[in-house]
Order: sequence, then structure tokens, then C-alpha cells
Amino acid sequence: MVAKKITSKIIIYILLIAGVVLSIAPFYWMIVGSTLPSGEIFRVPPKLLPGDYLAKNFQTLNESLGIAKIFWNSLFIALVYTLVSTLISAMAGYAFAKFKFKGKNVFFFIILCTLMIPSQVTLIPLFEMMVTFNWLNTYQAIILPTLASPFAIYLMRQNMKAIPDSIMEASRIDGAGELKIFFTVILPVTRPAMAAVGIFLFMSQWNSLLWPLITLNSKEMFTLPVALSSLIGMARIDYGQLMLGTTLSTIPIMIFFLLLQKHFISGILGGSVKE
Amino acid sequence: MEQTEKVVNANTSFRVKTRRGLLTPKNVPYFFIGPAFLLIMIFTVYPVISSFILSFQEVRGVEKSFVGLANYTRLFQDPIFYKSLLNTFQILIVQVPIMLLLSLLIAVGLHSSMLKGKAFFRISYFMPAITALVAASIVFMILLDENFGLVNYFLSLFGVNSIPWLTTPFWAKVSVILVMTWRWAGYNMVIFLAGLQNIPSDLYEAASIDGASKVKQFFMITIPQLKPVFIFTVVMSTIGTLQLFDEPFILTGGGPNNATMTITVYLYQAGFKFFDFGYASAIAYVLVIITAIISWIQMKLVGDE
Repeated sequence: MVAKKITSKIIIYILLIAGVVLSIAPFYWMIVGSTLPSGEIFRVPPKLLPGDYLAKNFQTLNESLGIAKIFWNSLFIALVYTLVSTLISAMAGYAFAKFKFKGKNVFFFIILCTLMIPSQVTLIPLFEMMVTFNWLNTYQAIILPTLASPFAIYLMRQNMKAIPDSIMEASRIDGAGELKIFFTVILPVTRPAMAAVGIFLFMSQWNSLLWPLITLNSKEMFTLPVALSSLIGMARIDYGQLMLGTTLSTIPIMIFFLLLQKHFISGILGGSVKE
Repeated sequence: MEQTEKVVNANTSFRVKTRRGLLTPKNVPYFFIGPAFLLIMIFTVYPVISSFILSFQEVRGVEKSFVGLANYTRLFQDPIFYKSLLNTFQILIVQVPIMLLLSLLIAVGLHSSMLKGKAFFRISYFMPAITALVAASIVFMILLDENFGLVNYFLSLFGVNSIPWLTTPFWAKVSVILVMTWRWAGYNMVIFLAGLQNIPSDLYEAASIDGASKVKQFFMITIPQLKPVFIFTVVMSTIGTLQLFDEPFILTGGGPNNATMTITVYLYQAGFKFFDFGYASAIAYVLVIITAIISWIQMKLVGDE
């Protein structure tokens, strides 16, 4: 009986570790690949150790894309988007959770509807709008359309509902203005929820492909996903620089993830998992 | 005495504010909701309506003319559109159950065996969920190369002939499913794991006292208790798969021979390769209707969850 238990435990361990290897191996190969020349990546039998081609790959990647600018585009867009969108959804969530006002139910119903509708529906009219505004190849074209995220608003509302009204009442009696109450009383209390929402928004923007692919067609405005997909479209794909590009788009997120993993997991899961 | 003073002070400060026309508890919700309201009206509600109208129009350059149901009738005679529907559903029906089963098994394995290093396992399995779908697809595109890819190399060590992963219709679909499963299994595993941890342990204790075996406990307690988690993951995965774009777009570009053409890839091509805006809008609305029907069925199956 005891022996049986130990063997079953060992089997579970082996299977789980095999799973871990399958989950992690592509990352390893991605990083190793970024240090190899194109030909070496496809060598049979493969060389599974890092090479010395990293600098050369970086140089060619930089020549074909201007990687620093592209990295900056991605970072700038994702950061501005995250900060503003988190604030907007916290404000809207607060209004929905803590106030009664005319039109509240109608607007909340609209938000619930937009949660259900696939975003693909908006692509064509949004593109036409960007053409009309002359916004193709601009940051605002990427940031504005999804800046008010129904999902984030919904999550913030759920979190704000848990705050007792008495906190706000007490501040009002102390003479605090409504803005002061929001910024100095409400926001600090909801910090964990805002962190989760922020991470969720950052990741979805950093990884977004379809909309940026449609609105950005000049190289110096590309975000990382668009730049990577453009490398694949080239007549002769240089796999070394492609691997380096994917590594550069993944490593920063990976570092953040390892540092903040608890927040990260609940953020990416959209706050659906409470720990 | 002190108290009345305070109240008076509070009152005057209220009055001062209203006189200056500043934010009061009455008007402040509009200030808070304003930005979100404007953005959603302009960038979501208007496009949703506009795209509905567009789906009944033909767009030539800047000129638009109403063509009635022409886009929709064309759509239902379009073999590639049917292909994209079929592909999307084939991928959905195979990928979602396999992935969720895998996620559940990993979660149960992690949960049951009182392992050391649970945090390590959790982080490792979750890692794929932080990568951009584009990055994941690119790495797999290289791994799955028919002649020189690592996957075929390792398979050859076990005597498996090289598999044409990306170049034949059947295997191209398998490849898309592989990438999706790699990317999302850990994500769903974490959700299952949280669900498992929320099951009260006295349920199991009671069952053990009654002499129920581990397997029986799994089917009589674990599975029913996880029902809400199942529903959540099934709904999310289904909706995500219906909108599948990044993986086939990068991995195979919808090929070979349209084998991985999905609804969204086709919409992208119609809209932004051929600039056939009316037709693309019709495709989008079919996607809306399919999503609505499937969500409705899932809601019905669940009751009022």
C-alpha cells in the first residue's frame, strides 16, 4: 500500500515535470535561437546551446526594423494606455457602484452588451474613422478605441461595491470634496484591484496584433507584434533576427511576471481568480 | 457646542462649493462616468451600428450604395466562407475539450499530491500565458518546420517519419491546435486549481468515512463542485476560439489551401486586403450572430449562472 502510494506519487511527479519541460522548452529555444545565425537554427542534428551570433542578429534586426523605436512604440502605447484606461475604468466603476443617477441602468446595459459583442465588428468603421481623422500611423489610433474597456469597468464596479458607503459619508461630513474623496479615499482602498486591471490592460495592449496591424503601415510606427509579423512576410526570412525579435518582446514581460507573479496571474485572469 | 460648530462649518463648505458650481454628490457621477461614456459611444457603439449598415452596402472607394442583402447572399454562396466556418468549428470542437481536460489533469495532479515546489510548477505552467500570441506562433513555426524543425528531429529519434506540420491541410490544423493548447492550457489550469482549492475539505473527509474511493470521490465531489469553473472556462475558450486570428495568421497565413482560414482571418482579408468593406461587415455580423447563439445556448444549459 505504501509502496503503491510512493510509485503513484513518482509517476505524477514525472508527468508534471514532463509538462513543465513542454511549457518551458519553447522559451529556451527562442532565447538560444536569438544567439544563432539563421542556418544554425535549422541544423540537423540541432545545436541546443547558445551561440555567439547575438550581436550580429541585433545588428540585422536593427537594420531591418529600427528595433529601439519599435520597442519604444510598444512601451509608450502600452504604458499610456494602461495608466489612462485604469483611471477611466476606476472612475466609471466608482460611479456605477456608489452613485444613483439618471441613465445609469441604460449605460450599464450598453456596457454589458459590448462585453458580449466580438470586437471584430468594430474594425471596419473604426478604420474608416481613423482615415477620416487622418490618424493612421499614430499612437492615438492604437490607444483611443479600446481606452474605455467594458471588462475593466465591470471589474472595478464589482470591487468598488465592496467599499462601505460610510467611508464616503464620513469624508463628506469632514468637508472633503468629491474629487478628493475619490483620489485619497477610494483609490487607495482599491489598489489591488487596480493592479490586476492594470496588468490585464497592459498585457492585452502589449500583445495586441489585429488592430495595430490594420492601422500601422509605416515601419517607424510599428509595435512589436506588427513588426514581428512583418518579418515573416519578407521574401527571405532571417530566423536569427526573428527569434531575437520574439525574445525582445517576451523577456520584459517575463521579468515582470517573475517579480510580481501573484498580481500577474490574477491580472491576466482578469481578477476572476481570488487568492 | 463643538459639534454644532462642526456641522455649521460643513454646511457652509457645502454651500460654498455649490455656489462655485463645483462637483457635488449629485452631479459628480456624470463627471466620473463621462470619459468612459464618450469613448464607448464613439469607439464602440457607433462602429457597431455603422458596421451593421455597412453590411447592406457596397463600398467603392469613397462611394457607398445600398445593395440590400447582396453581401449576405454572396456570403452564403462563398465556399471559402463556409470553409472558414467549418475550420473554426473543427478547431473549436477538438481544441477546447482537449485543452480543458489537460488543464484539469494538471490542476488535479498539482492539487492532490501534496507536492513540494507547487509554486514552481504553477509559475512554469503559467509562463506560456504571458507570451504574445504572435511570439508563440513564431517560435512554433520554427519548431514545427518540416525538414529542420526541432519537433520533427526529436520525433525522428523515436523512429517517427517527418511530419509536414505546416504544409498539409490536416497537420496545419493540428499545428494551430498545438499552439493554442500550449498557450492556454496553463492559463486554464490556474483557474481550475483555484476552483479545486475552494472545494471544502470536509466534503472529502465525509466521503472517506463513508468508504468512497479516491476515483469515486473525484467524480462525485470534485467534478460537480467544479461546475461553475467548467462553465467559465468553456465559455471563455469558446468565445476566444470563435475569434481566432493571431495563430493561423502567423503560423500558416490561413493556408495551406485555406485549411486554417478562420472567420476572423477571412474578415481581415476581405476588409484589408481587398478593401471590400461591405462584405467584411457582413462577415463580422455573422460572427456576432454565431457568438450570440452559442452564448445563448451555453446560458440555457447552465441556467442562471
